[in-house]
Amino acid sequence: MATITTTKAPRSAPTDPETPGWVRWANDHRKWLFAAPAMIFVAVLLVFPLAWTGYLSLTDAEGSVRAESEFVGIQNYLDVLTDTERFWPAVGRTATFTAVALLFEVVLGMAIALLLWRPFKGQRWVRVAILMPLVATPVAVGMMWRLIFDPNIGLANQVLGWVGIGPQPWLAGQHSALPTTIFIDVWQWTPMVVLILLAGLTSLSEEPQEAARIDGASTWQRFRHVTLPLLMPTLTVAILLRGIDALKTFDILYATKGRGGGSFHEVETLNVYAYGLSFDYNEYGVSSTVLILFFLIIIGAMWALTARRKEAQR
Amino acid sequence: MKPRPAYQAFRVVALIFVVLSLLAPLLWMVAASFKTNVDIYDPGKALVFSPTMDNYFKVLQQANYVEFIVNSLWVAFAATVASLILGVPAAYSMSRFNMKKSALVVLMARVIPGVSLLVPWFYVFSNLKMVGGFGVLIISHMFVSLPLIVYIMMGYFDSLPEELEQAALVDGLTHIGAFRRITLPLSVPGIATAGILSFIFSWNNFMFALVLSDADTKTLPVAIFDFVGYASIDWGGLMAATTVVTLPIMVIALFVQKYVVSGLTAGATKG
Repeated sequence: MATITTTKAPRSAPTDPETPGWVRWANDHRKWLFAAPAMIFVAVLLVFPLAWTGYLSLTDAEGSVRAESEFVGIQNYLDVLTDTERFWPAVGRTATFTAVALLFEVVLGMAIALLLWRPFKGQRWVRVAILMPLVATPVAVGMMWRLIFDPNIGLANQVLGWVGIGPQPWLAGQHSALPTTIFIDVWQWTPMVVLILLAGLTSLSEEPQEAARIDGASTWQRFRHVTLPLLMPTLTVAILLRGIDALKTFDILYATKGRGGGSFHEVETLNVYAYGLSFDYNEYGVSSTVLILFFLIIIGAMWALTARRKEAQR
Repeated sequence: MKPRPAYQAFRVVALIFVVLSLLAPLLWMVAASFKTNVDIYDPGKALVFSPTMDNYFKVLQQANYVEFIVNSLWVAFAATVASLILGVPAAYSMSRFNMKKSALVVLMARVIPGVSLLVPWFYVFSNLKMVGGFGVLIISHMFVSLPLIVYIMMGYFDSLPEELEQAALVDGLTHIGAFRRITLPLSVPGIATAGILSFIFSWNNFMFALVLSDADTKTLPVAIFDFVGYASIDWGGLMAATTVVTLPIMVIALFVQKYVVSGLTAGATKG
């Protein structure tokens, strides 16, 4: 935290001959002096590992990174890209998870933000409630839902029992596990979309709304033709931020299903797959290949979304 | 303009539903943490049960949680302070000199999946004999905090008028002096926002500590897994553990919600 200095500033101008040389030098070079430490820190932790991952992806490194691994060219890429047992299903799950979670989060988030838009009594408390899932530790959230969704003792099946619906396998089922983890992601992150959209809504000016009202536009027409277009830039930011994080989801999946995304890999996304290859099986060559491909997918998705964002700004 | 009564009624019902859906699971988790494992298995004891503190004794005494709480506090605190020291001046420079490309280098860290860096990190840091120490955990958590802080503070500095610094220059301060004595004190709310968010994200971070910590440096999110066995789960202990992890961060967020919200929505409305 910054400390506020109350003492009077010394009256020595930058051009003052008494100013020591290094102070003048620091002032002249402050642009990079300020920015460089952070940039170097990130670059060292980022650029070198990425380059190395790129190199490892061209070798058959296994068991130990520095063992006598051989350069195998693009063999890993050929293997991974033709792997229909683990890789492509993982890509499919990643895409499904991200798309479905995003869809629900944006639609629900928009609805809740509109509900909260106009001031009302107790607004403060609703906002506090919305904040709670957001700050809760994702691993703990995963464990919490694991108890609620437990097929035998969980609350979810008890509630279903009250309304006469039979027990569901939820996380334990081969086909229900992925939808259930999507549900957990929606529970935790819809509030994020709500907060961002709410910030966007409150910064909108009232005039276009009033003008549309006077022109006799219905509530839906006002939302569709006035609010939504004005909110588009904010919505794109929300989608961008949530989309990137949804692609990278790990904590919830690992907490609910453990290694390999469950015994049938039912929730094994690219991130979980790459983690398993790296740290459970130590197949560094293949895992690096998967990571490079994963990285390219993320950059591609980001690029597509920012292009969309620039378009929306026009 | 007052909304119509029918909408008002609908809104009240809808908001109650939203609040319940968000809070009920968390309350259920806390309730389970006060139940014996037998009571957790008994649907009849869903709401009415005799609370026990046993799970918390288990977590805090046998499971060494006090040590893990201290670990988590220390890692999150150190990573936040170090990231603020690196990040605040960087964000200032990037905002004032419009260094979009340089900022992108730092913000890339926000986009890249952590796994893609962990193998090289693990290799290098284990050769440096740093794996299992606090240093490597703090560095890896800084990798999460720093982009966050730069992102939030860049937006904050963008909104501070440059004229204030120019006035200070006229009064005879150096550029760095003006930053230190004028801009920095004015940025305290922004720094608080960035610091709190950084602390929360670092506290919640799981993957880096999962790989880079050992039995002595484990952070809370990793320690949760101690209650998950191969064959069975100690649900009571597990729920006490998750409560111990999430409750402090929620209480913090409750008191400083204004900052948390402005941090989470930073930059969103500028488009």
